[in-house]
Amino acid sequence: MSATANQSSKTSNTTGRLSGDRLVELYRTMVLSRYLDERVWLLNRQGKAAIAASAQGHEATQVACIEATDPSQDHYLIYYRQFTAMLALGTEPEEMLRGFLAKEADPMNAARQFPLHGAHPRVDLFNFSNVIATQLPQAAGVALADKLKGSDAVTIVFFGDGASSQGDTHEAMNFAGVHKLPVIFFCENNRYAISVPLENQMGIESVASRASGYGFPGVQVDGTDVLAVHEAMTAAVDRARAGDGPTLIEASVERLLPHTTDDDHTRYRSADDIEKMSDRDPISIMSELLKRSDLLTDSQDESIHANAKKRVNHATDTVDAEPYPGVESMFDHVLEGSANGGNS
Amino acid sequence: MAEQTVIEAVRQTMLAEMKRDDSVIVLGEDVGSRGGVFLATDGLVEEFGENRVIDTPLAESSICGVALGAAVNGMRPIAEIQFADFVWPAINQLVGEASKVRYGTNGVKNAPMTVRVPYGGGVRGGLYHSQSIEVLFAHTPGLSVVAPATPYDAKGLLVSAIRSNDPVIVLEHKRTYRLVKGDVPEENYSIPIGNAEIKRPGSDLSIFTYGLMLHYSLQAAEMAAASGLNVEVVDLRTLRPLDEETIAESASRTGKALIIQEDTPAVSISSEVAAIIGEKCFFDLDGPITRLGPPEIPPMPFSPVQEAAFMPSPEKILDAINKLAQI
Repeated sequence: MSATANQSSKTSNTTGRLSGDRLVELYRTMVLSRYLDERVWLLNRQGKAAIAASAQGHEATQVACIEATDPSQDHYLIYYRQFTAMLALGTEPEEMLRGFLAKEADPMNAARQFPLHGAHPRVDLFNFSNVIATQLPQAAGVALADKLKGSDAVTIVFFGDGASSQGDTHEAMNFAGVHKLPVIFFCENNRYAISVPLENQMGIESVASRASGYGFPGVQVDGTDVLAVHEAMTAAVDRARAGDGPTLIEASVERLLPHTTDDDHTRYRSADDIEKMSDRDPISIMSELLKRSDLLTDSQDESIHANAKKRVNHATDTVDAEPYPGVESMFDHVLEGSANGGNS
Repeated sequence: MAEQTVIEAVRQTMLAEMKRDDSVIVLGEDVGSRGGVFLATDGLVEEFGENRVIDTPLAESSICGVALGAAVNGMRPIAEIQFADFVWPAINQLVGEASKVRYGTNGVKNAPMTVRVPYGGGVRGGLYHSQSIEVLFAHTPGLSVVAPATPYDAKGLLVSAIRSNDPVIVLEHKRTYRLVKGDVPEENYSIPIGNAEIKRPGSDLSIFTYGLMLHYSLQAAEMAAASGLNVEVVDLRTLRPLDEETIAESASRTGKALIIQEDTPAVSISSEVAAIIGEKCFFDLDGPITRLGPPEIPPMPFSPVQEAAFMPSPEKILDAINKLAQI
């Protein structure tokens, strides 16, 4: 394990700050995310999980993004495709499966919301809504509060290319630019808003280029490249913590699966387009990078996969046996003190 | 005890609450050196600085979305929507988002935010400076909605809103801002959200109303007294949750219920009050539950003649009192 991230820079055009050990850890999280992701789709086909979106194809960008932040103080406004980000922030597979299977012990929303929505009790990650882009003005508000408090915390808000069309996205970036807020707008651009391709979403080439209209930097990065994403994020985090304001990062990724378990992307993507995506699978790219850099052997890789599978199997068995919430708890937490009965 | 207008009570209350609690901030369009278009925030930026009194870009969704984000991160924002008619771009951040923060996170997060919304007509505001927008908010579990009509209530309910740990929509009727004066104690007090108040006790008939219509109803009740009718006037004050107990007690006691509102009646606050009375007071009533409101046209014409024809007035209310009393 003597190789460093720098030595692998010839393959990524970056000079990351990550040690070899950390890179292997990130890979471990990516693989765990992939197995968990595959499992919830399976659980959907078994009729146990009502709905699932997927992070397959987005794993590298999410794990690298989180790695550049400080979960002990930073805020994360995620969206529905953030399996890997959540695992990287310390969420347990059981906790996420409780959401997918709508079990009583779901820590995010007590089975009231779609999976991965709500708020986590240990890390400041939250996702209030299914309505696209509402989290961006909210992130500006979270960052505004930190600025007023004199806190060092940075707010990271995730969204897809689809969200970039919403008015809330414009309003949030404009407000954050005016007040030079410590917020990072992190766009995972997988080129599709469900079925609508990028060319039907915007008249320009990139989301990142819009940042100039708000007075802060916009950066495009290859979202399959852990080192490149980490470097861009590190610069953005440094900038935010220094009080220099927001950054917009656009990470290009592939959405390897349809939009959700209810979607069929063969209806709107060509066979060729779907076929080509496998070249950009971040798990394979990362595995090859680690092996090329002598950070991972074939047998270690197999072991990482076997452990991830075992972990997901164990979590599935545990959560599958857990109870659904009873009717009574649906009245809780409408307003403060409304433990039973809500407000009329 | 000093006599104040409604707008002065609102301003003084924000001033006092901002002095009391550093986490209280104000944001909205023109709330800084302009002091707000109604001067509700006059002098606040001079007192507390631009960090706590924020002139925002002209974009209502972000005013409320930013307030929501700041609220979940330790602030107690007071967002000002310049005119209720401009609140629609922010509806998603309020009805869609803020209302569900506590519920949707199973209590992990909450949003202690206040949204002040100047509303209502009779001010020559035409279609886009006159609207009553309370129904959508009052329909939404997870929101509280107050509509004070007097300086005393404006202070007491605004204090409760600011100190609430959940989102509260504060509806301030524009016509009452300078028209209505009253005594406001200097000391700290609050009025609980959810309590109606009998503003004028009576025994022959109960009026249920709020906002500007409270004052028109009180005038009509005085006129009715001249002909020997003893009319009770109940100020709803909070539109969500409605004070079912006070409403039902009054209607049962007088046996006659007249509901007055400035908003168009179909699917409205008056519909809900009528339903409460119908459900709880059926055997005590000796007349039909009666509603008086404007016609079902988009509120409200700019023409002074048509505006007056649209708005309920003390005379129209008196007419409705007399009709119901004769039954």
